[in-house]
Parts: sequence; C-alpha cells; structure tokens
Amino acid sequence: MKQKFDIIESSCIPLPLENVDTDQIIPARFLKATTKDEKFFGDNLFCDWRYNPDGSPKDFVMNDPSYSGCILVAGRNFGSGSSREHAAWAIAGAGFKVVISSFFADIHKNNELNNFVLPVTVSEGFLAELFASIDADHGTRVRVDVPNQTVTNLATGSSEHFELNAYKKYCLMNALDDIDYLLGTKDRIEEYENSRRI
Amino acid sequence: MNTLFDKIWDSHVVNRIEDGPVQLYIDRLYCHEVTSPQAFDGLRERGIKCLRPEKIFCMPDHNTPTHDQDKPIEDPVGRKQVDALTRNTAEFGLTHFPMMDRRNGIIHVVGPERGLSLPGMTIVCGDSHTSTHGAVGAVAFGIGTSEVEMVMASQCILQQKPKSMRISIEGKLGKGVTAKDVALYIMKMITTSGGTGYFIEYAGQVIRDMSMEGRMTLCNLSIEMGARGGFIAPDETTFNYLKGREYAPKGEEWDRAVEYWKTLRSGDDAVFDREITYRGEDIEPMITYGTNPGMGMAITGSIPEGCPQKALDYMGFEEGQKLLGHKVDYVFLGACTNGRIEDFRAFASIARGRHKAENVTAWLVPGSWMVKQQIEDEGLDKVLAEAGFEIRQPGCSACLAMNDDKIPAGKYSVSTSNRNFEGRQGPGSRTMLASPLTAAAAAVTGVVTDPRTLMD
Repeated sequence: MKQKFDIIESSCIPLPLENVDTDQIIPARFLKATTKDEKFFGDNLFCDWRYNPDGSPKDFVMNDPSYSGCILVAGRNFGSGSSREHAAWAIAGAGFKVVISSFFADIHKNNELNNFVLPVTVSEGFLAELFASIDADHGTRVRVDVPNQTVTNLATGSSEHFELNAYKKYCLMNALDDIDYLLGTKDRIEEYENSRRI
Repeated sequence: MNTLFDKIWDSHVVNRIEDGPVQLYIDRLYCHEVTSPQAFDGLRERGIKCLRPEKIFCMPDHNTPTHDQDKPIEDPVGRKQVDALTRNTAEFGLTHFPMMDRRNGIIHVVGPERGLSLPGMTIVCGDSHTSTHGAVGAVAFGIGTSEVEMVMASQCILQQKPKSMRISIEGKLGKGVTAKDVALYIMKMITTSGGTGYFIEYAGQVIRDMSMEGRMTLCNLSIEMGARGGFIAPDETTFNYLKGREYAPKGEEWDRAVEYWKTLRSGDDAVFDREITYRGEDIEPMITYGTNPGMGMAITGSIPEGCPQKALDYMGFEEGQKLLGHKVDYVFLGACTNGRIEDFRAFASIARGRHKAENVTAWLVPGSWMVKQQIEDEGLDKVLAEAGFEIRQPGCSACLAMNDDKIPAGKYSVSTSNRNFEGRQGPGSRTMLASPLTAAAAAVTGVVTDPRTLMD
C-alpha cells in the first residue's frame, strides 16, 4: 500500500494483449470480500487465465518461472470496463509496483495511482520494442525513474519521458494519499457550500 | 469551451491544485455493497465520519438473488457483504434501501426513478455504469473505492478534467432500432477506447426524440466507449420524467429548479475537443460477436475480418460467419442497461401471442421493485406469463453473475446487459449483447433472429 516511490529497476512480466478488462484482471466472483486483503486479491489476479477450474496452473506467463519482477507490461487499453478497485488491489497484491502500457482506461489508471501502483504510459513503438526485448531475453530489465519521469528499456537503452502530474508525483514520492489532502481542505469545502446558488 | 460539461464541472470546482487535479464537489454519492466496505473501513481506520451523510444513498444490488428475497441469501459470502452494508449505513447514518424495501433495485435504475439524480448535479458511485445518470443532464461517473472514501470523508473528489466530445445522431431511427442499437453502433465505430479521456454529450434529433429510458441506456454505455461518462442536456422530456418523483423538488422549488435546468445547455459557440455525427437511418438492430462491446455488427451482417482470434475462439465463431439462425441457450433481459419499464414493454411486444422456445432459458429481471410494480400495473406480467416467461425479482443478476444467475460454460446467451467480456456472465459463458427487441426475438425463436421480422 502506501510506499515511497523513487527509482524502480526490475525485470518484467509481459502480457502482450490489448483491451485487458478488469473482469479478466479479477473476475466478479472475487469481489465479495469485505476487506482489502491484498494477498487474496493478488492470489487471484488473472485467475481464469492463470488457473484451470480445478486450481491447476494453465500455460500463462505468471506460471512461467523464467519471468519475474514487479513491472507488468501490457498491451494498449489496459484496465477497461468495470471500475472495481479490486483490480488494482490484485495487481498490488501480486507484488507489482509499475504497469507499463501504451494506453490505460481512465478509472483503472486512477485506481492504480490510489493504491501506489504507478501506471506508465509509453509510445506504441517503445512498447513493441520492450515486448520484443522481453521475448528475446526473459530477464530484460526496465528502469522507472519517478523523480525524472523517465522509463528505460535497459536491454536497448531506449528511454522515454512519461506523464505524471506534479501533485501525484509528490504524493507517490512522499507516500501521501488524496484523502490526507482533502481532509485538510474542510474550510474551503464549507466556503464553497455556502456560496452555491442552488 | 462553453459546453454544458464545462458549465456543470466548473461550477463544482472547490479548489484547483497547481499542476494537478481539481477538487470537485459531489452532490450525490451512491453506494452498493460491493465497492463500499473497504471505504467504510478506511473511515474507521482514520477515525472520521461522513462529512455530508444526507447526500449519500446506499442499496445492495449486485449480490441480491432474483428469487425469494424475503429469505436470507443462501450464499454466505454474498450475504456477509450485504449485511456489511446494512451495518455500515447504520453506523455512519446513511440512507439505505435494503433488500425487499419497495425503493430497492439496481442503483442506476433507482437513482433517476426516485428523483435523486437531477440535472446539473455531479454524481458518483463506485460503479462504472454511474454514467447512466447523465441521462437527466448530470455529470455522473464511476469511481474506485479509494475515491468513494474520499467523497465520504470530504464530499469532494480529486480529478483531472476530462476533454469534451459531442456525438450527434441526426435523422430518425428505423423500425426495430433502439437506444441500445445506437450505443452498440457508436462502439463499433469508435471502439471501446474511442471515448477514453472524454466526457460525451449526446445530441441531435434522434436523442431529442428519445425517451428517458432510452437516454439512460445510451448514457449507461458511455463507459463501454471508454468515456468516463455521457450526458444529455435536460429538456421537456427530462422535466416531465422527473416531476413528482419522490426526491425531486416540489412546488415553488420545482419551478425555480426548472428555470435553472433550462439554462443547462451547451452554448451555440461551444467548442468540443472532438465532434462526431452519425445518421439514425444508417443504424440497424445490432448484435455483438466478440468479447468486448465494440465487437458488434448489424444483426444481418457477417463477422468482419480482423477480429482477434482469441475472441473468436472463446465465442466459438469464425470470421465471415453470419449469426442469424445461430442457436441461443439463454436470454437475459435486465441490468442497469435495459432493466426499465420501456425494455419490458419492448420485450412483451414481441412475446405477445408467441411462446418461449423450448431450448431457451430466459431470465427477465426488472431493474427495481418500482419497475416490477409497473410491469404488473400494465398487465405485462400476464402477457409474458402466457408466453412462458416468468418475471424475477430485481437486481444486477446475470449481468455480472455475482448471484446465482450464471450462464454455464460454453452456452450462448443473448443479453441486454452491457458487457460480453470473457466469463462476465459466468466462467466460460458466451454473451451476445443486443436490445430487448432482439433478445425477445431470440427467446421466442430459439435462434438469433432479426426482430424486424416479428414486428407488425
């Protein structure tokens, strides 16, 4: 959960599929929990791609020991569909700190940020090259430099700047969340309420 | 600039954070049992209460069974989640419409029908289909559980302002073409990520002619286009729908409200970041063949080239295949997309004088107790019973199969819900999304059928 972000360097888990929706990230039957048990959600991340109904492992990247790391690399439009934050809890619970894609669905992107998982949006070219690097060498490492907002494929040296607004960057680097901020604005909220016409 | 979205959004800005999001005031927070328990836990951990409990309305809908709701939920895990909402709403002093309460139902059906969702409001809920409430002319969008906690704690949320898009549908819709088909058509054209980063304003003659129920169906599906939300400027249709509803303003307050609501429209000089126009005449009844709602086509069409093989393998379809005449095992009428009275009228118009096909299991699930009551008041339950259909009790049901209503692996369902994702309606289920008319046509023939062939 709350953790300070600085420079992250890790090998990656590749998921070269587009439009991975939150129903795939965590199917609805796992949404019945009433607590934020990250281990439970993490264990069931991508459950129907990862396990057969009897619980035996399927041929899926997370079951391949040649892949490891805290960076998930996914195809474009990652996290579309349901707003379930359980998807972000599952990603965090499985030990991921960064998700790299060329395009994120809006709600899921916010959910990742609110759970101290950093969504890094890269160009299609950078993503394609990264998938190729990982394919050639499963141990390919990536460096995500939050202070400088750069992401680097250490196999090829390719590097890109990524977007992160100054406020969120400050929150991530100092392990602060939005509620900490909002609770400090009560006077402004009341002032706004008193000023409304309707 | 000067769009209706700008007007509503900007009038709710409490504070702008430099090089960051804005702090947006929220008029209405809806909570259901699935995405709220961890937010309540968060408040307890911080030792705080809800800042404006009177602006928060809660009800269970995802886990509720669609039969015997007067008895305890059989699934102990689902029951625990529903019970947690009861306990949490009591502890935090929030309005709660529990199971069996006459006001209970799917949160996105209940909000507008109780007059809780009103023009000009900002509305959020831990549910992506919150976009539905945009139909009344509100800025409504789905949020995550951390954001639910933010709103509970401060009645505010931190958000980046989305861009504006206007989608105009001009002309007229043909026979058998509904709001659902319009939405599936837009998704086919712009894909499920075409709206990402945008809020959509729907406009044009087809939208002006659309009923409130139809508008809710269309706005509901904005999220499936990737947009945070979609809305429609309020007009006489909106005011007529809202007047007299339980929580809508009354008397002089109503008159004042309508006067204000009439100002809620995009200026003639409004500039949108993106504008698209389609013709109603180009839209046919639609059906999906793949595993996201953008993979749709005219019901008379063939599966186009370029559909990902993974999706075709999952669905058991082939490129170039026609779906007309394809066997159907299940039909699901309901969900926040198509669980309103107009949807049941449409379904009954096809079912009247016909009979359910033997090979089809049909689940007809009203969106709320109020809709169920309307069905009975209009005698539609009898028409449907004569045709071999049973009306179940309200809830989200087979849309996401969190209760017992699961489509078995490998079975084909024509569903009026919103998502055909892998496993959405149960592990291995194969969903074809369509309108209530097309669902009814499939239910009475047992195969995918063009509803126009069954209409007078």
